[in-house]
Amino acid sequence: MTKFTINGREVTVTSEDDTPLLWVVRDELGLIGSKFGCGIAQCGACTMYLDSQPVRACVTPVSDVAGREVTTIEGLSGPVAEAVRGAWQKLDVVQCGYCQSGQMMTAAALLSEIPAPSDSDIDNAMTGNICRCNTYQRIRAAIHSAAETLKT
Amino acid sequence: MFGQMDLSRFNTRAHEAFPLDRRNFVQLALGTGAGLIIGGWVPASAARAEGAATTSESASGIFTPYVKITPDNVVTVLVKHQDKGQGIATGLSTLVADELDADWAQIHPEFAPANVELYKNFAFGVQGTGGSTAIANSFEQYRKAGAAAREMITQAAAKRWGVAPETVKVAKGVVSSGSNSATLGELAAEAATIPVPKEPKLKTPDQFTYIGKSFPRLDSVAKTTGARIYTQDVQLPDMLVATLARPPKFGGTVKSVDDKAARAVKGVVDVVTTSRGVAVLAKTTYAAIRARDQLEITWDESKAEARSTDALIADYKALAEKPGQIARKEGDAEGGIAKADKVIEATYIFPFLAHAPMEPMNCVLQFKDGKATMWTGSQLQTVDQNVTAHIFGIKPEDVIINTLWAGGSFGRRGVYDSDYIAETAEIVKVTGRTEPIKLIWTREDDIKGGYYRPVYVHKVRVGLDKDGAVTGWHHRIVGQSIVTGTAFESAIVKDGIDGTSVEGVSDTPYAIPNMQVELHTTQAGPRPLWWRSVGHTHTAYVMETMIDEVAAVSGKDPVAFRLSLLEKYPRHTGVLKLAAEKAGWDKPLPEGVFRGVAVHESFKSFVAEVAEVKIVDGKPKVQRVVAAVDCGIAVNPDNIKAQVEGGVGFGLGAVLHSKVTMKDGVIDQGNFDTYEVLRFNEMPHVEVHIVPSAEVPTGIGEPGVPPIGPAVANAVAVGTGQRVRVLPFADGLKLG
Repeated sequence: MTKFTINGREVTVTSEDDTPLLWVVRDELGLIGSKFGCGIAQCGACTMYLDSQPVRACVTPVSDVAGREVTTIEGLSGPVAEAVRGAWQKLDVVQCGYCQSGQMMTAAALLSEIPAPSDSDIDNAMTGNICRCNTYQRIRAAIHSAAETLKT
Repeated sequence: MFGQMDLSRFNTRAHEAFPLDRRNFVQLALGTGAGLIIGGWVPASAARAEGAATTSESASGIFTPYVKITPDNVVTVLVKHQDKGQGIATGLSTLVADELDADWAQIHPEFAPANVELYKNFAFGVQGTGGSTAIANSFEQYRKAGAAAREMITQAAAKRWGVAPETVKVAKGVVSSGSNSATLGELAAEAATIPVPKEPKLKTPDQFTYIGKSFPRLDSVAKTTGARIYTQDVQLPDMLVATLARPPKFGGTVKSVDDKAARAVKGVVDVVTTSRGVAVLAKTTYAAIRARDQLEITWDESKAEARSTDALIADYKALAEKPGQIARKEGDAEGGIAKADKVIEATYIFPFLAHAPMEPMNCVLQFKDGKATMWTGSQLQTVDQNVTAHIFGIKPEDVIINTLWAGGSFGRRGVYDSDYIAETAEIVKVTGRTEPIKLIWTREDDIKGGYYRPVYVHKVRVGLDKDGAVTGWHHRIVGQSIVTGTAFESAIVKDGIDGTSVEGVSDTPYAIPNMQVELHTTQAGPRPLWWRSVGHTHTAYVMETMIDEVAAVSGKDPVAFRLSLLEKYPRHTGVLKLAAEKAGWDKPLPEGVFRGVAVHESFKSFVAEVAEVKIVDGKPKVQRVVAAVDCGIAVNPDNIKAQVEGGVGFGLGAVLHSKVTMKDGVIDQGNFDTYEVLRFNEMPHVEVHIVPSAEVPTGIGEPGVPPIGPAVANAVAVGTGQRVRVLPFADGLKLG
C-alpha cells in the first residue's frame, strides 16, 4: 500500500512496492495519458512530475513516491501548461501523438525553469524524449511560441 | 509501404485465394464482393446507395457508408484508412467537408469498420493502408461522398421550403434559400429519405474551399490532453494482459517449459504454450511483463537461423559477384563498361532496420458467442480479419475490428501475416477464455522481433568515357524479398523479381545507355517487411550517391549533371530546380559547411532535398535541409510539410545510427539504448517547398524519406572525400 497525491487528489494504491509508477498510474488509477515506450528511461513517453520535477515513471518504483505529489499530462495545468498546449495545437505538432504527453511534460518543465529558452537549452531539455514521427522541428517552434505567449 | 506494384494486376487477382504465408500457417482468402468499384464510388450492394433509407435510418440521418449527418449537426466521416500519424483522418475529412460545404468545426472523423466491400483500398483490393496510397485512392470517392450528401441536403431543403433546388445554397454548414435557412443537422433526417445520387457533381478545383489550404488536424486536441485512446490504453471489464516469450532465434520452437516461478508472480492467471511461444496472462501489465522473465523455456533451435549478420553479409557479397536474375536490360552494359576510359566500382551494405514505432505492437481480442471482437491499430483490416477468422474457424464477417488510432507504424502494422494479431488470437483460442485479452509487446520484443527492412547489398560498376559521359551501368542487388511467400506475391513479384527489391534502380529516369540490373533474392531468418519507403530506402541511396560520384569524377556540378540526364522528366527537374533555388545552390557556404543534393521519385511523388552538413567531432551534423515536393494537388499543404519534415528526420536517424545485427542468430539490440534513432538535438532545420500542381494527388507519407540519406552522403563526400557505402554512417564513415 502506497499513499500519494496525483493531480491534486490523494490516493492509496495496492500495487507492490517495486511496481513502476507508470503501471500503477495506468493500470490501477486508470490515467492512460502517460505512455509506455521503452521501460528503461530512454524515450521519455512516460514523463510525469514528482514534486514538480520531471521523472521517468517507467523506472520509478511506486514506493519512491509515498507521501509525494505526482502530476501527469491529465493534471498538467496553469499558465505554462496552457501556453504549451496552445502552441502544440496552433502549430499542429502532433502526428501519431503517442509520445506527445511526455514531450509536453518535458517542455512545460523546461519553460517553468527557463521562461525564454535558447535553442541549446531546448536541445538539452528535449534530447531524452524520442519521437519516431520526428516532430522535433515543430516541438522546438512550439516551445519558442509558448515562451512568447508567456511573456505577454 | 508496399512500394511499386502493378495495381491493375493486383485488383484483378483480388478474388483469388491468398497463397500460404511464409510460416505456412494460414491460408488467407479474400472476403466476398471482390469486384472493383470502378467508376462508382459506393458499391451497388450497399443498400443505402440503391434508394431511400429505411425509417430507422432516417431518424438517425445516416446517409452513406462514408458520411453520416446526424440531427445534432455533426458530420461524421467514416475513414477507411488507418491514421498512424500521417493525418489521413484529417485528409479524408477535408475532402468530404469541401464538397459538402460543411463547417470545419462540425466534422468528426471515425474509423470505418472492417468491410472489404465498402472500404477496400482501390490500390490493393483489400481494406488497408500503405504505399502512400490513401489520398490518391480516396480523392474521388470521398469527394463524391461529400457531394452526394450535399445534393441530398439541397433536395431536402428545396422540398421543405417549396423552392427550386437551384436556389438552395450551402456554405460553411448553413443551408439557405432566400430568407429560409437551416443547418445540415436540421435537414439530416429529411435528407436521409432522398435516394443517394449515383453520379454526384464534383466541384472544379477553383471552387475548393478547404482542399489546398492548411488548417488544423482534427486529432490535435485529443493528442495534447492525454485523452486519445490507443490500443495500449484499452481497458475492458475482466480484461487480462498477456506477454509472449518468443524464440530467441528466428525459426525456433518451444521444447519444454517450467512455469512454476512465473505462476508464482502475484497477479498471474495463466501460462500457456502456443505455436509461437509461451504466453503469460495476468491481471496487470507489470505482472505479465515480470512473470515472463521467470519462465524457464528450452527451445528447439534445430531449424532456427544460426548465422551472424557478418556471415549473412559475406554471403550476400559473394552473391553480388555472380550473375543474378535480370530486372532490366537495356543495350549492352558490359560492352559499354569495357570500352570506358574509367570505371567506378562500388559495393554498398545496408543493415536490418526495425520500425520501432513509439507504441509497440499490441492487440485486444475477445472471443465470445462465435464472434471475435478486436481493438487494435489495424492497418490491413481485411488480412487481419481473415487471419483471425482462420484461427478461430469462423467466417471473416464474424471478426469485428475496432480500428484505433495507432502510435506510429512506418510499415510495421501492415503485416502480411498479421503476426501480433495472430499471436493474440492463438492465445485467446488456446486458453479458451471469453474475457478480452490484451497482448502487449515490450520495446525489446519490438526490436528483437524481426519484420525488418531487410539487409541489402548492391554492387555497381559504372563506365565513363573521357568526357565523363556514362557508357555502361551494371548493377546487382542482393537481399530478401518482402512479398515472396505472402498474400502480396502475385501482385508484386513478376518473373521472379520482387518489384520492391529493385524499385528506384530498375526504373531510374536517368538517361543511361547500356544498363543492366540484376537481382539475387535471398533467404534469412528475420522476416523482411516494408519500412517507410520500402525498396527506395536503399535504392535511392545507391542511385543518388553513384550519380553524384559520376558528376564529381567528371568535374560536373551535381545539380546541372542530374538535370542533363533528366530532360524528359519535368517533375523530377521541377523539384530539383526548386530545391536548388531555395537552398541557394549557387551561393557560397560558410567555411566548414558542405552541401549535397538528391532527387527521387517514390509512390508517384517527386522529392528533391539539399542538405547542409558540418563535420563536428568526426561526425556529420546536418544543419539545414531544403526540400521541394511535387505530389500533385496539395490537399493540405501544412500536412505535406509535416510529413516531409518527419520523413527527413526518420530517414536521417536511420542512415546516421540505426542497425539491427545478429550474433549466431540472436539479435544484439533490444531497446533505444542500442537501437539508436534520431534525437532532438540532431534534427536539422527542414524547409519544405511545394510545387503547385493540378495533377491528381499522390503519396506523401513516405516520399520525403529516400532522398535524405544520399543528400547527406553527398555533402559528406564533398567535406571529407569519403563516399559512405556501409550504413549506418556510424559504421561506414571513418574520420580521424
